[in-house]
Amino acid sequence: MRTEEALDLYRKMVEIRMFEEKAAELYTQGHIFGFCHLYTGQEAVIVGISQNFTSTDSVITSYRDHGHLLALGVEPRYVMAELCGKITGCSKGKGGSMHLYNRLRNFYGGNGIVGAQVSIGTGLAFAHKYKSDGGISFTFFGDGAANQGQVYESFNMAALWKLPALYILENNRYALATSAERSTVRNSLKKRGDPFGIRTICSDGMNLLEIIQKSREATNQVRERSEPVILNIDTYRYKGHSMSDPGTYRTRSEVETVRKSRDPIDNYGNVLQKDYGLSMKILETINDDAVEKMEIAAKFAIDSQFPKEENLRSDILI
Amino acid sequence: MIKTSVRQAIRDAMAEEMRRDSSIFLLGEDVGRFEGAYKVSRGLLREFGESRVIDSPITEHGFTGLGVGASMSGLRPIIEFMTFNFAMQAIDHIVNTAAKTLFMSGGNVRCPIVFRGPNGVPRGVAAQHSQCFASWYAHVPGLRVVAPYTSSEAKWLLKAAIRNDSPVIFLEHELLYSKEFPIPPKIEVMPLDQACIVREGTDITLATFSIGVEHAVKTAEILQAEHGISAEIINLISLRPIDSSTIIKSIQKTGRIISIEEGWPVCGIGSEIISIVCEKAFGYLDADPARICSADAPIPYAPNLEKAALPTVEKIVRTARKLCGQIR
Repeated sequence: MRTEEALDLYRKMVEIRMFEEKAAELYTQGHIFGFCHLYTGQEAVIVGISQNFTSTDSVITSYRDHGHLLALGVEPRYVMAELCGKITGCSKGKGGSMHLYNRLRNFYGGNGIVGAQVSIGTGLAFAHKYKSDGGISFTFFGDGAANQGQVYESFNMAALWKLPALYILENNRYALATSAERSTVRNSLKKRGDPFGIRTICSDGMNLLEIIQKSREATNQVRERSEPVILNIDTYRYKGHSMSDPGTYRTRSEVETVRKSRDPIDNYGNVLQKDYGLSMKILETINDDAVEKMEIAAKFAIDSQFPKEENLRSDILI
Repeated sequence: MIKTSVRQAIRDAMAEEMRRDSSIFLLGEDVGRFEGAYKVSRGLLREFGESRVIDSPITEHGFTGLGVGASMSGLRPIIEFMTFNFAMQAIDHIVNTAAKTLFMSGGNVRCPIVFRGPNGVPRGVAAQHSQCFASWYAHVPGLRVVAPYTSSEAKWLLKAAIRNDSPVIFLEHELLYSKEFPIPPKIEVMPLDQACIVREGTDITLATFSIGVEHAVKTAEILQAEHGISAEIINLISLRPIDSSTIIKSIQKTGRIISIEEGWPVCGIGSEIISIVCEKAFGYLDADPARICSADAPIPYAPNLEKAALPTVEKIVRTARKLCGQIR
């Protein structure tokens, strides 16, 4: 990788982190309300995997979707405005944090029903095959969704019909408050594709370079052989399930330990310093720029108008 | 005019639309090689091949979600439920994603998809296979819900549904599949949201849909011939949006109304019709409005109980005569 490309990946991760931190701030100030699920800690997953996106591919995820849309290149201000329920938001303020979309970049949500995106993402893969457009679908879901029955209905159809679907299981350890150990028999998440003959590739979710390498391998297989692959990613979410979750189901020290030892941005920052000889100062500048960018996004969001009342009855029926 | 069965009309609508637009495909259990559990998709696999007429595993939750996803990215799926009872496994995708995505995305993402299959009460198949879901789906903003009665309605409504960019619930009825009706060779367009007057009358309005129209027609003949009552019949066709102006116009003329449906009484289509009448035409009422529905019980298996549970011509005639003051 050239230095500029390597730095760009760092910038993307930092921007998602700073976006989420700004969102948390706006939430506590009351500008954002309801459910707001932050991606902090998991940034490397989307930044790494998005390196494989082409303009024909499609993407879908759960309600923890801010980072995914940012990684697709959507301006933070449109995402922040949506979180604040403003008319300038990417869903005109009607969707909110959980329902971000971008048709131009083939991003189909933002689905608030745990596991629903897996069947829908399988349909996106079906459409790529039907249209023979060379695209593949990227379907992100968590360890919680992995216990929904429709996930296996989807795996069955994807394997049966050889659909170009990459399933990304982001195991962030907690399905809201229930740990993977308490919800999932004998840590079986890595074997869930086996009965369907779907290959599972595992990756450390806190190591950007490993994700890039493993997701490239997975993506190539899906694209070249038109068949599903599961990418099982071991990651960790720093914040609560949503902003309203006090996190009583884990200790503060557990979170701190991961932050100190496995943080994806720190890890990758070290690589940049060691392998690319970049100074701490350069990285700090990127941090500062990201903070400023999110400050501008927040101002744009706060200054924007709420949708007009007549918008209530639009976009319902065609 | 040639007579065509409702089954054939639905088949022809799908075939004609699939010839016109390659983005349309049919997905459901046994729709391909077996040509549908009710033989609605006869010949479609032969004409369009396995890539467009797709036998799915018995996996309603999954294949409905798959269809919704395909519709988001520009295809136009027709999802066949072997019966709408089985769509309960899939209702999350219909209500939470298909119906709401256009709104939640601020108009960004559309779901042009048709969910079709038999709905309502066939005979002798007991509670889990006998239920009208019209009011369930009619409750949901973002869906269109239509129920044809004649072959002509079945054909032209389905074509309109397939071309429409909203998700459409298309409610068929097993007992109507083999019924034959004259069908015009071509009509320009069948609106998805308009009721029609099946028979004009002056004394009482019978508002209904699907197989209820058959009961209403028989009822009106008896009322006219034996009791001198002139009944007007509204075939609602669309249950969302509901064509309230046709209902109001009729009640302004007749002053009396009975709704007829196979659904349960509580929060049913009849509840909605009578609410519309009470809110918008209360002053025109000459008698209390009435609902003829299924009994407020699961549909039983025993034939005598099943008959007791369902709307019948006798029940409607009796209620109509009461409303007209002939009996108490």
